[in-house]
Amino acid sequence: MILDVKDLTMKFDNKAVFQDLNFKLEKGSMTALLGPNGTGKTTLINILMKLLVPTSGSFKFDEKVKLGYVPQFRNIDAEYPLSIKAFISLNAPLIKSKQVKDQIHHELEETHLLDIQNTRMGEASGGQKQRAYLAQALLDNPNMIILDEATASLDPVAKDELMKLIQHLNKEHGMTVLFVTHDVPLARKYMKEYLYLNHGTVKQGKMSEFEGDYE
Amino acid sequence: MFQFEFMRYAFLASTFIAITCGVVGVYVVARNFSFLAHTLSEIGFAGAAFAVFMGIAPLWGMLLFTLLGSISVGELSMHSDQKESSISAISALFVGLGVLFLAISNSNSRYATNILFGSIIGVDRQGVIQLVILSIIVLLLIFAVQRQLNFDSFDHIGAVAHGIKTGVIGVIFLVALAMAVSIGSQIVGSLLVFILLTLPSSTARYIGKTIPSMIAWSVAIALIGVWAGLYLGFITNWPVTFFISVIEVVIYLAAYFSHVIKHKL
Repeated sequence: MILDVKDLTMKFDNKAVFQDLNFKLEKGSMTALLGPNGTGKTTLINILMKLLVPTSGSFKFDEKVKLGYVPQFRNIDAEYPLSIKAFISLNAPLIKSKQVKDQIHHELEETHLLDIQNTRMGEASGGQKQRAYLAQALLDNPNMIILDEATASLDPVAKDELMKLIQHLNKEHGMTVLFVTHDVPLARKYMKEYLYLNHGTVKQGKMSEFEGDYE
Repeated sequence: MFQFEFMRYAFLASTFIAITCGVVGVYVVARNFSFLAHTLSEIGFAGAAFAVFMGIAPLWGMLLFTLLGSISVGELSMHSDQKESSISAISALFVGLGVLFLAISNSNSRYATNILFGSIIGVDRQGVIQLVILSIIVLLLIFAVQRQLNFDSFDHIGAVAHGIKTGVIGVIFLVALAMAVSIGSQIVGSLLVFILLTLPSSTARYIGKTIPSMIAWSVAIALIGVWAGLYLGFITNWPVTFFISVIEVVIYLAAYFSHVIKHKL
């Protein structure tokens, strides 16, 4: 078990976003966090990332967990000047040892960005940007990665490329994946387990057995 | 021109000012603080006028006011949805105060012109030493937090996600910015110091693709501006600030148009 969530409740101004959530995630699992917009998926992630404090309840990650996190929105406009490589390197020390340089090279390779590493982020496509966000998070050497709506603005081809990459990280590197999305067909295609957040509660199961009341 | 002591001082002071403003400017533009830099220069004007009124050196009044101003503007804009209007309000207040301090301090209008538009002859030996020391403090401040500042300025959301204390970094940067405005004003004047803080770095964004290369370009372009400005000012007797502004604008426009041409054709 890599994550244990107990009786987690979050209220804003006395209005409960969700109440008494209980679930566990196993090591090496590949879970889609599903639910319609506004059901608190991002709120839950922000709590897990310690960016928000829950109203009550608790959660515990395995002691050996190393988290990688790809947030939902970024401020990268068309004029954004940094190259893909420089953007990824923001998450590296200023003075880079050979080891760090090798790792940056490796993550660029892993996310298929090596050939376009000198392209400016502002000029990169949506899919390339998402892979750069992922590569930046991979520099932390995570064994669990959390992605928030990473495919939301992508075209079908870019979606598949990103999902195959995430699948690869899960299969070949044993990385635990928690993937937030409201795209059920996509989750059916690639994810193994699901967490379904709706009406303030959570359901859990195998993706193949998912029957949500929205799609 | 270096046989004149005041030119040697002006040259040395401008060099350090250009380096400081070039470095700080990269973060000013990355953080969308151009308007704030402009406001801070007006606040600096009020501070200088206050110093004249109190009978102390303008630099200290500027430092005091810009530091207070940048922290309060920073706080206000962090907690307000109307960032621009809150900055405008503070700016209006300070320009008004500046006019008042000048009026009641009985100094002649030449002093006001010097504060607003800068004066190279105004820099003496002691002034140069102060400017150099303050420049070094600003640069050390930036370098001390540069990794976090880079991350926060160029990817704020990513920095927050990585647990970087962006609030602390923001305050440290505002302090560095306030000091850069104060020292930059000594040569180009408070009305035009934002030129050195925004134009070289905006130009550098079109050229550099990494933070170190943007900093190098920004500093180089700022240096070209102040050095050429001083030289042209010396041989023509026209205001140095005029030449610096024109040079920086011309370089910026050249970079901008070549960027547009490269990407539209």
